Amino acid sequence: MTALESANQLKAKFGDLVTEPTEFRGEISLSLADAEKIFEVAGFAKQTLGFDFLVDITSVDNYGEDPRWTVVYHLRSMTANTELRIKTNVSEEKSELPSVLPVWRSANWHEREIYDMMGIRFSGHPDLRRILMWEGYPYYPLRKDFPLAGKPTDLPNVAFTKPAPLEGGPFVTVAGGGDSIGREPRVRNPEE
Amino acid sequence: MQTQSDYAYDSKIEGDVIVTRVDAALNWFRANSVWPMPMGLACCAIELMAVGASRFDISRFGSEVMRFSPRQADCMIVAGTVTYKMAAVLKRIYDQMPEPKWVIAMGACASTGGMYRSYAVLQGVDNIVPVDLYISGCPPRPEAVLDALMELQKKIISQPCIQDLNIVKTLTGQNKS
Repeated sequence: MTALESANQLKAKFGDLVTEPTEFRGEISLSLADAEKIFEVAGFAKQTLGFDFLVDITSVDNYGEDPRWTVVYHLRSMTANTELRIKTNVSEEKSELPSVLPVWRSANWHEREIYDMMGIRFSGHPDLRRILMWEGYPYYPLRKDFPLAGKPTDLPNVAFTKPAPLEGGPFVTVAGGGDSIGREPRVRNPEE
Repeated sequence: MQTQSDYAYDSKIEGDVIVTRVDAALNWFRANSVWPMPMGLACCAIELMAVGASRFDISRFGSEVMRFSPRQADCMIVAGTVTYKMAAVLKRIYDQMPEPKWVIAMGACASTGGMYRSYAVLQGVDNIVPVDLYISGCPPRPEAVLDALMELQKKIISQPCIQDLNIVKTLTGQNKS
């Protein structure tokens, strides 16, 4: 079964909940309208469609738009050698969606990382702690409104942070621009 | 074949006696047996392993005894990126080392934060512990680490080590209290 056939089966099963599959460079994606249904979709994808491997879960911060979060699931079938991408949107007010950990156990750390970096919670996760930063760190550093240099914090006997000196940076490298002087890292305006 | 110079120490003539200063002797011991605490946190630690291996051979300088217990170490070599999460652990390990102790910041990250101008990375290990020597490089060559070790030996030898002891101050009448 190809990835497109799997996506069509998913569409046939869940109807209006999922969009028509789109193809870009040979990769099939579809969106799920209701994030609360991700557990059922994940279960169907694994049990019936044979997507036995959860490659990754990522999150996107659509800052300034509503809904703010997009959570992206990358599925892979080891037997059919196909991949499928499922996207679903979560509003900032809710910032919560069901965990798919009972379907794929590898979701455990992926969901913890998203919680740590983006602040999206996964209901039903048995151990939703921060995975990279320490417990008690007050911010979610991969959000778009978090400054690149960081913010000052202090948790006595655990850790402290200070803003990093950016010295006019960030310094951006341009790919393929003429000579090495043109390519080297410099302060650049986004318009350039 | 003559293996010994006439001008060197000769136990037949001088017996088992060497005349020196306590300071010089103690510093000589210290400088030639700097036991490193390898604080390997990132890729610099790979180069640090190369320093310990046969090609570069840190034991030529008496520092082959890498101690993974801070209580048996003299010199902490901070090799790698220090994150804020690790900073408290690093400080704690430094505090556990017995005096006298020295710190070498190996590489750009340990010295200044390096390329990580980031919310997660401590901008130089000298923010939390006193650093004796900084090694440039990303990562530094093993020769640079050996050079730093030799510089540290020079520093150890040049510093008085018993003048500040209370008993010496009392004996020489400097301690008024």
